[in-house]
Amino acid sequence: MDFTEEQIQRYSRHILLSDVGVEGQEKISNGKVLIIGAGGLGAPIALYLAAAGVGTIGIIDGDVVDLSNLQRQVIHFTPDVDKPKVISAKEKINLINPDVKVITYQQLFTAENAFDIIKDYDFIVDGTDNFPVKFLINDACVLAKKPFSHGGILRFEGQTLTYVPGATCYRCLFHSPPPPNAVPTCSQAGVLGAIAGMLGTIQAAEVLKYLTGVGDLLTNRLLTFNAKTMDFRTIKSTPTETCPVCGNHPTVTTLVDYEQATCELKR
Amino acid sequence: MSTIKVNGKDQTLASEISISELLVQNNVAQPDMVSIQVNGKFINKDAYASTIVNHGDEVDFLYFMGGGQGN
Repeated sequence: MDFTEEQIQRYSRHILLSDVGVEGQEKISNGKVLIIGAGGLGAPIALYLAAAGVGTIGIIDGDVVDLSNLQRQVIHFTPDVDKPKVISAKEKINLINPDVKVITYQQLFTAENAFDIIKDYDFIVDGTDNFPVKFLINDACVLAKKPFSHGGILRFEGQTLTYVPGATCYRCLFHSPPPPNAVPTCSQAGVLGAIAGMLGTIQAAEVLKYLTGVGDLLTNRLLTFNAKTMDFRTIKSTPTETCPVCGNHPTVTTLVDYEQATCELKR
Repeated sequence: MSTIKVNGKDQTLASEISISELLVQNNVAQPDMVSIQVNGKFINKDAYASTIVNHGDEVDFLYFMGGGQGN
């Protein structure tokens, strides 16, 4: 790929990095990344990957922008309320960087469409808010041998793990979805807006590391932080032999849509 | 007496206890929302009662975190 003068200027702070350089920027520009969820995590992930010049960004979300999203979902602006999130996100991505090809999927990510959607991408990013889809993303990526970044946030805390084939997967650590009645209700939960930015930008950095091959990914370790103390920890892990999807005797061999805990206080 | 690490912090145990008892001792209100590793290895929920923590063990409570998108 030959960069134009303008592109060299745009990406100059990447190109200046000796670990990245023109070659690394080419890898970023050739990268195809799918972001699942255009919400709190998806917003900073999409903004930074767009700015970085990731060549193709797929973004899947079936929701429209709600006023209560704007406290943390920084890719959506006040005039975007009621607009499909994927459309709002695509508009901002292309305002930041017209080089990026954006593919939008205004739908839910389900057991039925998962394989078909992820097959065209190099890396998948979990920016979802619920356990059924988090497990679905894990299972689809493990079975299709696709690398992905898991991310979760709650109140003042966040956690993230990067999966590549052969490494510890989300199920190695969390086995199966929690019972729906144990999941904190929306009224109990909540999240400090900036936590989404903290975690999402870590995930975006992992994507850029994966694409460029720079550094050590967050594989076989779960990064967790608590913003109340600003303590960060990485918890080392090894693949679990009894893991239901990547273990020695897998029981998860096809995709399933798990039951979704319903949230009474939607707004 | 033995000393273990729970989520990276030292804890002194007066006697040998199981993972189930450790959860109670640490006031984990919703064990369903926690996954446990001992020395980097996942412990199945049905083994909590029979798994004893030993001196020097590093126990990690991993909490289920959803969040991120959401209306």
